[in-house]
Amino acid sequence: MLTIENVSRRGVLKGLAAGTGALVLGGRLLASSRALAVPVGSTPFTPNVFVSIDLDGGVTLMAHRSEMGQGIRTSLAQILADELEADWARVIVRQADGDEKYGDQYTDGSRSIVKNFQRLREFGAAARMMLEQAAAQSWGVDPAECKAQNHKVVHASSGRSADFGELASAAAELAVPEPQALKLKDRKDWRYIGKPVRNVDLGDIVTGKAVFGIDVRVPGMKYASVERCPVLLGKVRSYDSSEALKVPGVERVVEIPAVSEPVEFQALGGIAVVASNTWAAAEGRKRLKVEWDLGPNAGYESSAYRELLQSTATKPGDIRRMEGDVDAAFGKDTKVVEASYWSPHFVHAPMEVPAAVADVREDDAEVWACCQDGQSLRKTVATAIGMDPTNVTAHVTLLGGAFGRKSKPDFGAEAAIVSKAIGAPVKVTWTREDDVRHGYYHAAAAQHVRAAVGDDGLPTAWCHRSVFPSIMSIFVAGQKKPDAWEVDFGLTDLPYNIPNICLETGEAAAHVRVGWKRSVQNIFHAFAIESFVDELAEAAGREDRVAYLLELIGPPRHVDLAKAGVKDYFNYDNSVELYPIDTGRLRNVVELAAEKAGWNRQPGPRRGMGIAAHRSFLTYVATIVEAEVAPDGTVAIPRVVMAVDAGTVVNPDRVRAQMEGACTYAMSAAFFGEITARDGVVQQHNFDDYPVARMSDAPRQIEVHLVESDALPGGVGEPGAPPFAPALCNAIFAATGKRVRSLPIVHTDLKAI
Amino acid sequence: MAINLVVNGERHEVDVPPEMPLLWVIRDVIGLTGTKYGCGIAQCGACTVHLDGVAVRSCGLPVGDVTGAVTTIEGLSAAGDHPVQKAWAEHDVPQCGYCQTGQIMAAVAMLQETPRPSDADIDAVMTNICRCGTYQRIRAAIRTAAEAI
Repeated sequence: MLTIENVSRRGVLKGLAAGTGALVLGGRLLASSRALAVPVGSTPFTPNVFVSIDLDGGVTLMAHRSEMGQGIRTSLAQILADELEADWARVIVRQADGDEKYGDQYTDGSRSIVKNFQRLREFGAAARMMLEQAAAQSWGVDPAECKAQNHKVVHASSGRSADFGELASAAAELAVPEPQALKLKDRKDWRYIGKPVRNVDLGDIVTGKAVFGIDVRVPGMKYASVERCPVLLGKVRSYDSSEALKVPGVERVVEIPAVSEPVEFQALGGIAVVASNTWAAAEGRKRLKVEWDLGPNAGYESSAYRELLQSTATKPGDIRRMEGDVDAAFGKDTKVVEASYWSPHFVHAPMEVPAAVADVREDDAEVWACCQDGQSLRKTVATAIGMDPTNVTAHVTLLGGAFGRKSKPDFGAEAAIVSKAIGAPVKVTWTREDDVRHGYYHAAAAQHVRAAVGDDGLPTAWCHRSVFPSIMSIFVAGQKKPDAWEVDFGLTDLPYNIPNICLETGEAAAHVRVGWKRSVQNIFHAFAIESFVDELAEAAGREDRVAYLLELIGPPRHVDLAKAGVKDYFNYDNSVELYPIDTGRLRNVVELAAEKAGWNRQPGPRRGMGIAAHRSFLTYVATIVEAEVAPDGTVAIPRVVMAVDAGTVVNPDRVRAQMEGACTYAMSAAFFGEITARDGVVQQHNFDDYPVARMSDAPRQIEVHLVESDALPGGVGEPGAPPFAPALCNAIFAATGKRVRSLPIVHTDLKAI
Repeated sequence: MAINLVVNGERHEVDVPPEMPLLWVIRDVIGLTGTKYGCGIAQCGACTVHLDGVAVRSCGLPVGDVTGAVTTIEGLSAAGDHPVQKAWAEHDVPQCGYCQTGQIMAAVAMLQETPRPSDADIDAVMTNICRCGTYQRIRAAIRTAAEAI
């Protein structure tokens, strides 16, 4: 429920300095005592506001979500500015600190627009209506006759108009309209929503002025590099820092206490070397001699782990969705198709490594970090240094990529612990090796799928078992079963029109920190499901995969998971009434992609097209990949065609950019991505042994077709990724006849025989 | 040991060990943070700067070995309006933007050497990593910039 109050007016009522009297609208989501202490008019410095207007008409909009390349700072401002009827040229965007008064700030789950579209429209509209009312009062006319238009309020019949700046003082004296009195603009009058507005940070980015977490510099700041135990939950037994301290520039060595379970977002523990620059800290660190107690995960070995998960996937597990009579469907003479799929651990590897600056003082602390949630940063830092969170100021910088890694502010905790120990501000910068070897890894997954097939080639029963370590293991030590929401990411919501369905999960212990990574469990679930659909079509001799897929989806309908025995389907934290699983929309993106691609499964020798469609994060995506496999096994991707139904779109160019990027991100993982461990130690280090796609590997051309829709907005950052890997593997199958069931693809020999 | 360095036309005397990589001298000592750390092993190109107009990866280059004039993204153009920067803006290339200063420096050097690059030229020279996956737009922006230069 929206609650808006006029902070400037309240300030006057409380007898505080009236300042310049500018109009300030704040979100009263929690008690905002700090707002009261701030003189009205100095609003650019009050963090509990979304909209403020200066006396010169300059509009400042607060971005309370983190910018990591998805364009959210631009998109949130588009929504506010549109309803406000502001002139975009007079808008500036400020980044909010981490603070509960903004409501939640979790920039993950592709939900920033989903959760804020309506809410920010209301904040913008309330401000606009107050400006209109202020104009009406000063002109002595009916407010209904005054209309805000592009930074002015206009009274058409008298021809009078006033700039927002002229009205700010008077508007600041008014009461905020009641929520039910708010009048939102008609869709046809949208000025910025739905338009490809250019990224507000573009100029700073191309000139090198953009400040990421790693770029923060504060006076007196030291630089630290941390040596951590190579095995999760290991501890320092003893260490010798004498050689490290001889390195020119090295000043101090600080021990960070070992992490305890549950690991959550705690600092991992280890030895920090503090120096006058980043390089000296890293050089000193190389000269540390540390004896580790490797702890309980020292026996972790990837090939044995894979065998265990694959074996679990062949045994009965926990039923997550059961429909019809599966046993009966697998009758005596029934044709059965089955396959097993494997997807390894991946690491996020954003271009900017984790980095944070902390300045811990006697009574308060300040931290700057490239984090996806300033509030988690604030709390994590407060816990790490034993300070009340209200005394911690958490600044969110730009993020040089994140993909879920920077939802976990363990690096902020490290900086805070070191700063407290040395009594000075310090920047902790991870090396790329730290990032690859001490990540929050995307879960490895073994899946087994088995279908009974009818005479028409369509499945009459689908049994699917998914075995993967739970993300919840970082919050609940030893948890081996996934929470329901994890299974709801792409498995329980299987949308196909099959009468008998049994979906299960199995137990898997975690030996590394498991964390959410772009698209999360949808990555491996879509890989198995959409690959298996292609296998079913092949078994049925159905060359036209598009037609087969459409038959499998069945008629347009809303999939009723409650009726299918699924309790409290998570639905990406939204109700199924507002966001049903709509097979009509899924069909539509399949048909659109096929039409735009000119679907032709085998366009030439060793060339193939593959299709996959998947609903995730409330958005429907169909992807067609065209692959060309050279006789030496090299795969080129000349073209990708995507059809995307994300409902109402705020910035179509940024949506396209996210879809383009999702393909290349998914391609890196599918093709090369693999984290393995021996004796509990991650075996990969850097981009030389954890390769990612470069220009020459990436799809040459990606076409994104957006479905025009006035449905509620869906997510954008993640849903582009899941269909990519199966579409690619299906294309490789079309080109070569070789089925890739185990990722990464590089392990499959695709040479011509 | 004092080392003399010319960065963006300005002379700097820095007191650092000669084996310290140029990247960290630029970032931590001189204080220009537009040049980025990405891998430290010259794999990703986020640290690309120009030495006498030639693109180099500064993370693996000892400052003591630097003989030419260094140009960083901050020194590429006074007003941020180099044709490559303008092309980047026209195509709205960046997503997170972190790697883009390195990409721009690599593209500028390539276009000086090869004013009309083929797709194969671009593939061979533009080996910088972008995890956001802006490669298609980088290629398009290079084409636009090549027309403008």
